[in-house]
Amino acid sequence: MNEITSKREGVTLTPSSRLRRNYLIQRLAKIVMGAASLVAIVITIGIVLSLVPPTWQFFQEIGTSFIGTKWAPLFEPPRYGLLPLLIGTFNVVGIALIVAIPLGLAAAIFMSEYAPRGVRRVVKPIMELLAGVPTVVLGFIGLYFVQPELVLKFWPIGEPFGSFSALAAGLVTGVLIIPTIASVADDALNSVPNGLRDAGFALGATRREVSTKIVFGAALSGISASIILAFSRAFGETTIALMVAGGFAQLTLNPGDAMQTLASFIGFAAIGDQPTDSPGYRTIFFVGSVLFLVTWFMNVIAIRVVNRFREVYE
Amino acid sequence: MSTVSLRSQKSILRTLKDALFATFISISIAFALGFIIFVFYFLYQQSIPAWELNIMDKFPSARPQNAGIQSGFWGSFWVVGIAAVMSIPVGILAGLYLEEFAKSNRVTRFIDLTIRNLAGVPAVVFGMIGLAFIARGPLSWGFTVGTAAAVLAMLILPVIIIVTREALRAVPPSFKEGALALGATPFQAMMRLVLPHAMPGIATGSILSVSRAMGESAPLLLLGALAFVTFNPEGLDSDYTVLPLLIFRYTSDAREEFHAIAAATSLILMALLFLMNLIAIIIRDRSQRKRN
Repeated sequence: MNEITSKREGVTLTPSSRLRRNYLIQRLAKIVMGAASLVAIVITIGIVLSLVPPTWQFFQEIGTSFIGTKWAPLFEPPRYGLLPLLIGTFNVVGIALIVAIPLGLAAAIFMSEYAPRGVRRVVKPIMELLAGVPTVVLGFIGLYFVQPELVLKFWPIGEPFGSFSALAAGLVTGVLIIPTIASVADDALNSVPNGLRDAGFALGATRREVSTKIVFGAALSGISASIILAFSRAFGETTIALMVAGGFAQLTLNPGDAMQTLASFIGFAAIGDQPTDSPGYRTIFFVGSVLFLVTWFMNVIAIRVVNRFREVYE
Repeated sequence: MSTVSLRSQKSILRTLKDALFATFISISIAFALGFIIFVFYFLYQQSIPAWELNIMDKFPSARPQNAGIQSGFWGSFWVVGIAAVMSIPVGILAGLYLEEFAKSNRVTRFIDLTIRNLAGVPAVVFGMIGLAFIARGPLSWGFTVGTAAAVLAMLILPVIIIVTREALRAVPPSFKEGALALGATPFQAMMRLVLPHAMPGIATGSILSVSRAMGESAPLLLLGALAFVTFNPEGLDSDYTVLPLLIFRYTSDAREEFHAIAAATSLILMALLFLMNLIAIIIRDRSQRKRN
């Protein structure tokens, strides 16, 4: 290591061979570790490269006919109107958020503001366990409990369609994203300085008032990030929508009907095994591009929001 | 002249609101806990008819009385095991570099942002890169154990990097400073002090992400895991199926006998995942107690 050799007032400091060797090891290790940190970039580039060519071909083939109300790309003649998929997606995601926002935020407030330390140590792992339930298992619950026992019995609108509904898929997806909201919002609430809470208590506010009117407001950006992340999780969820919402892309506004989402279309088409360069293959990749772009955009916003929030309090 | 009371009075309405709010947030936690218990109860109840079928000893079949999950069970171990071997070392190395060595500049921030975004990309999209480049295209490994493992490794890599960095950040900087003052190189300080202290956190995060890979189904739908595989994997180039995809297949079958098998398989998968979660939680709890 040359940097360590120095001449000052006639004294030359020469590094020992051992020090030399240690710095050589460090230099090699840095190269290996630096290369490892580039793997994620390579994966991202790989995803983009895998999505772009088929999507480009897709657009050259069908032009603007994705503006339309009938989605049947695997039939003859194929129809590429995206509207049914968009309605299906926003039904499932919307219902999921209606379920998960109140429950997830309430859980976050409980963990951060109400629970004593001991309780917190028990409750946090419960949320992690909930996050660990596989989506196929949630799909099973949706298909054989939520749909027959809840949706068919209690949903008032329209004729009960049968085995599938966007409503059941949305409810189950909602349970899936509760831990996402709870854990991100809990972090946000936790990083609000105690001084704000103490000030509230000193003015005679109750715990509820401190939690909802002071801490919640101060953590608002982190809380919105938690909701954005949950949105993007629900938006990309494939298995639950495929199992519970059904495989029919019909144009309907009644959540009690079967619907197809963007993500579940990919799973649905993939089961039929699309050969490379077939129209079905290109359609899968087109829909995949939509998923990728929307979730990437949402994540960028969420990360921005969280970063700005961190700067305020740290 | 009106009198002003200085004593803070809690009105009945406020007390009521406080109580209602406390009840509501408690219910949300009870819901989460209750849901987990319900999942186990429901699966248990649905799986009863499958108990006598010895599904662990048999392979997937179109006839319910012959159907089993053995190839999926070993398939899950192979695929997830290899994915863990591929992703954990790379993830830890990348986390070490970004947290300990990388200069805070534009390139580092770009890498950091990419990793955090990649962690939020839907799982099914990872299946598409696997389909385009690994199963077919340049690598053409086909629908094999190796392809599935590589895709799951890519899926959990960003998460492992993120948890590694968090664990490293939690180690007090004075440890490293002390070692440097005694003449250690930064690399020595990292290997002998920082990394060992961050290890419980890294282990917890890695186990949780591996268990996520084990429950994952969407990307493998694109990678041939739904095929009937009537043998256990023997290597990277074996055909494969995994437990989540068998659950998917048996759940989607119209015949009710298969639903019991799906429920029983779900119970087995959940038991495996909860065991992994439990280990992760215990590791974290222990190291936290040691620190306090």
